[in-house]
Amino acid sequence: MMKTDSRVFIFGEGVPDPKAIFGSTDGLQEQFGPERVFDMPLSEAGMTGVAVGAALAGMRPVMTHQRIDFTLLAMDQIVNHAAKRCYTSGGRQAVPLTIRSIIGRGWGQGSQHSQSLHAMYAHVPGLKVVMPTTPYDAKGLLVASIEDNNPVMFIEHRWLYGITGPVPEEIYRVPLGQPKVFREGSDLTIVGVSYMTLEAFRAAEMLAREGIKAEVVDVRTLRPLDDAIIMESVRKTGRLMVADTGWETVGFSAEIVARVAEKLHGHLKNAPKRIGLPDCPTPTTPALANHYYPLASHMADIGREMLGVKPSGNNSQRDKPAIHLDIPDRSFTGPF
Amino acid sequence: MQWMYRQMVLIRETEEAIARLYHEKQMRCPMHLCGGQEAVSVGLCATLRTDDYAFGTYRGHGIYLAKGGDLKQMMAELYGKVTGCTRGKGGSMQLMAPEVGFVCASALVGGTIPEAVGAALAIKLRREDRVSAAFFGDAATEEGVWHEAMNFASLKKLPVVFVCENNFFAVYTHMSHRQATDNIYQRAAAYGMPGVRVDGNKVTEVFEAVREAVVRARSGGGPSLIEARTYRWREHCGPNWDEELSYRDPEEAKAWIARCPIQQFEQVLTQQQLMTASQREAVRKEVLSEIETAVAFAKSSPFPDVSELMQGVYAP
Repeated sequence: MMKTDSRVFIFGEGVPDPKAIFGSTDGLQEQFGPERVFDMPLSEAGMTGVAVGAALAGMRPVMTHQRIDFTLLAMDQIVNHAAKRCYTSGGRQAVPLTIRSIIGRGWGQGSQHSQSLHAMYAHVPGLKVVMPTTPYDAKGLLVASIEDNNPVMFIEHRWLYGITGPVPEEIYRVPLGQPKVFREGSDLTIVGVSYMTLEAFRAAEMLAREGIKAEVVDVRTLRPLDDAIIMESVRKTGRLMVADTGWETVGFSAEIVARVAEKLHGHLKNAPKRIGLPDCPTPTTPALANHYYPLASHMADIGREMLGVKPSGNNSQRDKPAIHLDIPDRSFTGPF
Repeated sequence: MQWMYRQMVLIRETEEAIARLYHEKQMRCPMHLCGGQEAVSVGLCATLRTDDYAFGTYRGHGIYLAKGGDLKQMMAELYGKVTGCTRGKGGSMQLMAPEVGFVCASALVGGTIPEAVGAALAIKLRREDRVSAAFFGDAATEEGVWHEAMNFASLKKLPVVFVCENNFFAVYTHMSHRQATDNIYQRAAAYGMPGVRVDGNKVTEVFEAVREAVVRARSGGGPSLIEARTYRWREHCGPNWDEELSYRDPEEAKAWIARCPIQQFEQVLTQQQLMTASQREAVRKEVLSEIETAVAFAKSSPFPDVSELMQGVYAP
């Protein structure tokens, strides 16, 4: 994109440093020079304002944060300014700005390095909120976000950096606003957000061994959200579970449950179920963090309950203390 | 010089007209009038070209008009009409006239300062011959983004001019209750840029200082800070005088009003034989008629249709 569009530039804490935002900005400065690829002062609010101003002046900035927690310092510019410009200009102005940020998890990231704050941004008209799960969607949605004429919160998950999958070399777009059926099924719909789509997939695989066919829908874009695919799925299955990376209370999962309840009340065979984080900040110690994050086995238990099926043997991972739950896989060695 | 005089009179008379008409309750949005402060925005904008960028504040009628914004569209905006500069969506606090380089204003103190720096970054990346001006009040220098924007602008040597319109009050609170030292212009040194203080009621002083800063910015010399000290005549928000609130010393207010920027400039124009009294009177008449036309236009314009409520949330 930077090759074909001179309006695109990228900056953020650590963008050109040796770690290059977990490799995602690797080699960009060498290729495109220090004017278009640069590190920034630790001024999240001011630099977001700089990005908004550059966007108002016709550029397409990509701002990058290593943790979404840091974007809170820029709430004024994101919510009061970037999100409002188009509307309060009577449609005369646009803010084509992409703000990348990462949700941390594990290895003791704790309360200020692992929050899932997407629901806060998804609450605000004027913003778009994108959360890819697969490598293919990550590229296609990022291209679509940078080309979009609106401020986009592009939220990545640290535990998805280790996932592999086919990604075409050429530029392609995944349109914003459309969920995707990740795995087909007919007994139960599990709507997943970001990394929780993978946990939902694992839960669906567990249930499949017992003959339960769960459909997994990856929400991909929180705002705008065309919920037709979700409605179609729930109309088919009559059961809904929503797996979110964030807190349950006033969370994004509540939005999905509310929409389904409003539109498909008569089709539901059970009460819908939210899967999210309990009402406390992220603890640091693995001893507590292991009980903080919902797991596939937990979701499978709830799936069985919704279908009225007795569990076949105990496969709860929580009962196996030898397993470290604070890393996504053995290749993840911390510390960040 | 004649242009500056005309713009100052235009701003003053527009604010006075708003103050008179506000009681009709047809302008239904918060109104932060800038009467008494005209010299700062006019002195600044006199140094800018139409394609230079300017970013303002919620006390923004002055800079909107000084940068060349259309008076009819502004009045219509205050009346909430579809013919307003933002179709009635932004109101008095968020005026804009991008067609003449007035990019936007903000109801948040300090909100547009980093945005002006961002526009300057865009200018630099595109290697354009333009400058960007950040226009803000004294309280904005208490916001973190001011310091962040000053630092980044200096770090990248961006073509931006910071103009602080210091009227000493944040709503009803004097600067001495908010800032440890009375030295806004000196803080420029901490960020490695020149900083000067000028009498913000003398339009020629503002003009000279900003012109030097604009030349510096245009020639790649980076940003500058100008602190222009002035005084708000009427209340913080609304059409009234507010001596009954007794948050400011009546003698202080009287002294500032006696140093009216327009009257002072009239003396200069007379001394230098640039404008006669009758020429000045002609300007005033012309301005008053322009305002009358703009108010009539605003009053007779339609409100936006209900279908506009959900329009423009997102850009296509």
